[in-house]
Amino acid sequence: MSKVKILTKGFFKENPSLILVLGMCPTLAVTTSVNNAIGMGAATTFVLLMSNLIISLLKNVIPDKVRIPCFIVIIATFVSIVDLIIQGFVPALSESLGVFIPLIVVNCIVLGRAEAFASKNGVIDSILDGLGMGIGFTISLILVAAVREILGAGSFMGFQFIPSDYNILIFVLAPGAFLVLGFIMALMRHIINRVTEKRKNKMCAAK
Amino acid sequence: MAQKKEASLIKLVVVLTAIALVAGLALTGVYALTKGPIELSQKEKKDKALHDVLPGFSGNIADTVISIDGEDVTVHKAINADGSLFGVGVETFTKKAFAGRFDLMVGFDDDGVILNTEVIKAGETPGLGDKINKSKSDFAKQFNGQDPAEYKLQVSKDGGDVDAITAATISSRAYCDAVQRAYNVFKIVKEAHHE
Repeated sequence: MSKVKILTKGFFKENPSLILVLGMCPTLAVTTSVNNAIGMGAATTFVLLMSNLIISLLKNVIPDKVRIPCFIVIIATFVSIVDLIIQGFVPALSESLGVFIPLIVVNCIVLGRAEAFASKNGVIDSILDGLGMGIGFTISLILVAAVREILGAGSFMGFQFIPSDYNILIFVLAPGAFLVLGFIMALMRHIINRVTEKRKNKMCAAK
Repeated sequence: MAQKKEASLIKLVVVLTAIALVAGLALTGVYALTKGPIELSQKEKKDKALHDVLPGFSGNIADTVISIDGEDVTVHKAINADGSLFGVGVETFTKKAFAGRFDLMVGFDDDGVILNTEVIKAGETPGLGDKINKSKSDFAKQFNGQDPAEYKLQVSKDGGDVDAITAATISSRAYCDAVQRAYNVFKIVKEAHHE
């Protein structure tokens, strides 16, 4: 696999929340506003990047039997670091994301990439993988959040442009999250199916 | 191959301990670095809230701690230059909130009239319960200038004088509960101050 492919596969083809369906908790919970989505995406990307880096460095040192506890300790450390930094320097973000920053520890994407990729690949590949997956995760969070914020709160990144009388309340609440996520996933599958079909047809035509 | 994979127990323990140790050291460092800014931002927030609930006051503030409903509540007494009481800022709380609990700062003048209320820390539902914040709706403003001795701190549904937030009655009730608690604290403080 080329380096570019490792980086970009997380954006679309293996998008963590829309295709692999990992990390649903933050995808559903913090996507009430685009600002939250960006903050959460950035925090998760940082944790992914750092844990992938450290785990790929230590992959030959860590015995197989205790690899999961080791991964968790490493991931939890970076999550706590992010949490403390956000609390200290961006208190407004820490307030709106609340408990979801500490919960990055149990985000399946982070442990999933550690187990499936970083523990088997080199340092540079792992960094690219972490970065790509993080960006893909952030993109999908922003997609869901944009729809929910525009329909539910009538604003985009806090800028109000639809009067609050015309807001559709359900999109701010949990059921709205499921609805939006479902539609975006369906759309994503549809696009991917069409793209692969076209490629197949092209290949057949070439033959 | 099988033998190589079967790492000895000692190695397992050593590796895991070493990783945990390094992680602990890293965290200690970051904690030490961020401790100052975190405390500062929390203090700034409280100071700003206190300033907002005691409008027009710039003198000595004496802090006391009062125990109510099984918790310690910090009270900020604003004392005029002549020793009389300008007002009181109470750090109050409620446990009836939709998200469990939220903390408010409530300011009273010398007679117990509510000057202003400010949210210190709350995790109410975005779009619904978070309308207790003044930036989101005018709900909290209706408390200003009211005297809880005559103004019934309950939502109109429960027979009180407070207009609840649409679709967020629980948060509105909790807000009333917190303000009522603050008023109870105020009465204790006031009595103590005049003795």
